[in-house]
Amino acid sequence: MSNSLEAIEVNTITLDGKLELECGQDIENIDLVYETYGTLNSDASNAILICHALSGNHHAAGIYQNEERPGWWDALIGPEKAINTNKFFVVCPNNIGGCHGSTGPSSINKQTGKSYGPDFPIITVADWVRCQSMLSDSLGIKVWHAVIGGSLGGMQALEWSCLFPKRIKKAGIIAAAPKLSAQNIAFNEVARQAIVNDPDFVSGRYLDVGKSPKQGLKLARMIGHITYLSEEAMRNKFGRELKEGKLKFGFDAEFEVESYLRYQGDVFSESFDANTYLLMTKILDYFDPADKFEGKLDKAFKEIEAQLLVVSFSTDWRFSPARSKEIVNALIKAKKDVSYMEIDSPHGHDSFLFANKEYVNGLSSFLEN
Amino acid sequence: MDALEVIKNWVKKDSEVLDLGCGKGEILKILSEELNTISLGIEIDQENITLCIQSGLNVIQQNIDEGLSNFGDKSFDMVIMSQTIQVLKEPKKALLEVTRIGKECIVTIPNFGYWSTRVNLLVSGKMPVTGSLPNAWHDTPNIHLCTIKDFELLCIECGINIIEKRFFDNSGIENSLTRLLPNLLGSTAMYKISK
Repeated sequence: MSNSLEAIEVNTITLDGKLELECGQDIENIDLVYETYGTLNSDASNAILICHALSGNHHAAGIYQNEERPGWWDALIGPEKAINTNKFFVVCPNNIGGCHGSTGPSSINKQTGKSYGPDFPIITVADWVRCQSMLSDSLGIKVWHAVIGGSLGGMQALEWSCLFPKRIKKAGIIAAAPKLSAQNIAFNEVARQAIVNDPDFVSGRYLDVGKSPKQGLKLARMIGHITYLSEEAMRNKFGRELKEGKLKFGFDAEFEVESYLRYQGDVFSESFDANTYLLMTKILDYFDPADKFEGKLDKAFKEIEAQLLVVSFSTDWRFSPARSKEIVNALIKAKKDVSYMEIDSPHGHDSFLFANKEYVNGLSSFLEN
Repeated sequence: MDALEVIKNWVKKDSEVLDLGCGKGEILKILSEELNTISLGIEIDQENITLCIQSGLNVIQQNIDEGLSNFGDKSFDMVIMSQTIQVLKEPKKALLEVTRIGKECIVTIPNFGYWSTRVNLLVSGKMPVTGSLPNAWHDTPNIHLCTIKDFELLCIECGINIIEKRFFDNSGIENSLTRLLPNLLGSTAMYKISK
């Protein structure tokens, strides 16, 4: 497998027209930041849309100058990788509501001159998909060869195949679920409570007073991080290793896993917007394509024309293989073109980020068959 | 005629076909190409699954031993289970399930009553190792082998209707001898069944 991409194009586009949101409000003059890799062919038939998950952004692959870490899905996107940029033109936007350059709660509301903060409307997965379709129009891409995503990204790929059946040939739905379970929502609620109860949250208007609820955001990320890893991954990575080799009989971070979580939480709280985090967890909680169809998922899938590949991972307990099978079985019932793989991987929910051989072979075969 | 020719005769054009244990997807690919079937494979081996996907086939990773309750009653025109029933933990349950899911089903079995298997056991006194059953007893996926007689008795017991049956010799060909004494001279048996 070759190295990372050399050419990353980062663009920002202001979308024409307004987006009518499911909540009843609408947004105009949406800025979307996106990256592209590879080259769009003359009939625009080789384009793949990558949808990011909860804390992701448009930087999916390649390494920026003067940085060490590549984009979040660099293991899978690049020359001769699972999503082969020598063949495909890959587009990854930062979704609206995000905090990495696209219009979101930390953007300036042109009507008030202040940041939206808590006034930013609640977005849904369907809103994201409609917004991405506006981006497709701007890029001159009538039909995506594929729309792919992991976790919340997989939910967008699924929504794409339902909302725009003629505009998508293939959907890669990876480590996703057809809706959140009570347990999933419970974890999200704990994360939200951690943020809103931080004194620096200031009812969501922290930017106006030059503050940031970093402690809350840190806690939220620590909780999230636990759900992304498997018990096995944690055992292998940290075991019960002590930072200083012996117990200190105190409440400092003594075990390696404690300092790891604290570090991850600190890094995240420095670079992520709390209102965006709240919004992202709500988007997850609200996702339920079957809701408008009397809870019948196969009916929600009735209009799908795309070929679908559903992938789950053995140690993922956030969105377990059983959740992916709910999607698969509804697709079978609706008589759609679906394939399903359950990959053995120790990395829990995060498995979708790693270039496991069977996973890579399955995904690349699906994209190139 | 060989087994594939018979399958092609039994499967109707444009029909919906489910292949349980589809392997690399050889049968489904031919049926899709030649009979325009709407095909779905079930397979457990991920290399095989990848090969199926490469061929453009729809394939679901699923262990048949863990059940087939995700498939609706009579949801496929034809369910194929070729050389698979003998590796399953509960062949009777599987047989009832395939006849529930398929309007018709094709089941292929290796015949343990085949003469060379009988001779092999009689002469050597050891579990037979033959061309169609090449593994030692402790190292075989074939945990529920049966004879043609056994299989047909199980069908009667389950209330399954045998619509047609064909028998093939060691080289996979149907002939007058396999038709005359199938349980002795048929190496492989293929049934079209329904319930």
